[in-house]
Amino acid sequence: MNDNPLTTLFVYFATLSLFAVGGANAAIPEMHRIAVEAMAWMSDKQFTDMFAISQMSPGPNVMIVTLIGYHVAGFTGAAVATLAMTGPTCVLAFGVARVWDRFKDARWRIAIQAGLVPVSLGLIGASAFVLARAADHTIYAGVITAVAAAVTFATRLNPLWVFAAAGLVGLTGWV
Amino acid sequence: MPDSAGTPVAPTSPHRPRLAELFVAFALVSLYSFGGALPWSRRMIVEEKRWMTPEQFNENFALAQFLPGPNTINFAVVFGSRFGGAAGAGAALIGLMGPPLIIITVLAVLYARYGELEPLGRILSGVSAAAAGLLIAVVAKMAAPLFTQRWGWAVAVAVFAFVGVAIMRWPLPYVFVALAPVSVALAWFVPERQ
Repeated sequence: MNDNPLTTLFVYFATLSLFAVGGANAAIPEMHRIAVEAMAWMSDKQFTDMFAISQMSPGPNVMIVTLIGYHVAGFTGAAVATLAMTGPTCVLAFGVARVWDRFKDARWRIAIQAGLVPVSLGLIGASAFVLARAADHTIYAGVITAVAAAVTFATRLNPLWVFAAAGLVGLTGWV
Repeated sequence: MPDSAGTPVAPTSPHRPRLAELFVAFALVSLYSFGGALPWSRRMIVEEKRWMTPEQFNENFALAQFLPGPNTINFAVVFGSRFGGAAGAGAALIGLMGPPLIIITVLAVLYARYGELEPLGRILSGVSAAAAGLLIAVVAKMAAPLFTQRWGWAVAVAVFAFVGVAIMRWPLPYVFVALAPVSVALAWFVPERQ
């Protein structure tokens, strides 16, 4: 691997974008593995902070790569990481959209789709696990995670309210 | 229909958006969408603008989920190309990405400058814990139909993906390349239970 962080950002995120079935949420463990463990670009705390910021700001969840890119190499890094994570999959989506209708009812297509659902479920489950382990260093943080999960599962409350309440609890210093 | 990209939308679709309309619609969706853009894009495209019937929306959304990478971004590309070829895909994509990118870049600069501040760090610790909880809820909602309909191989595949990526910390591409063909083969050969 080249020493230039921009090359690293581009290669990692472009590769990741093509394997992330289930979207940005499925890619979190790999981003964590690269940014915290393999490349040591940031701490656990910085990574979970960035995930929290990307969830609180509007737009696609994938925006966490913009934050990681900026952290690693400023504005250029942000641009390179965002482009790498979205470019290859956009080209693929454009190409597949042109031929999709022809294969819509093909048996192999249905099998691929049905086969990928449990893979993406396992990956998103892994994301939740990796994030909870990185964020929940205290009992109180674990309680916040559990309550947020229960409230989101059982109600249709806007997640911004959950974040606001959790941010206030955090401000008290318990977490 | 003159554009070469994408299959023309069926004549039941009453409107055909112009590029500027595509851009504005997706820019609005991007600003509304906290924690996922699906409900907002459906509301905009099916209910407000009537650019697609609910069935057409579902089909195109299924395609976007089927593809790897960020689903919302795939959807903007697929949808935009249906209506305006490459230019349509570009207009929808820039609309979807533009405003959030500006906001997130400002936040990135602010975090780099003030992220070490004690109160901000505490607030973000609370929000991070909640964000992990939200993801757990997403997994629970996704898992519910899987565990009732295809109890068996699908659950095994999900568990393998989870253990490989979360516990063993193997690189995602390796786990995917090893697991996806097996899972697709199982979907092909094992009949679905009713």
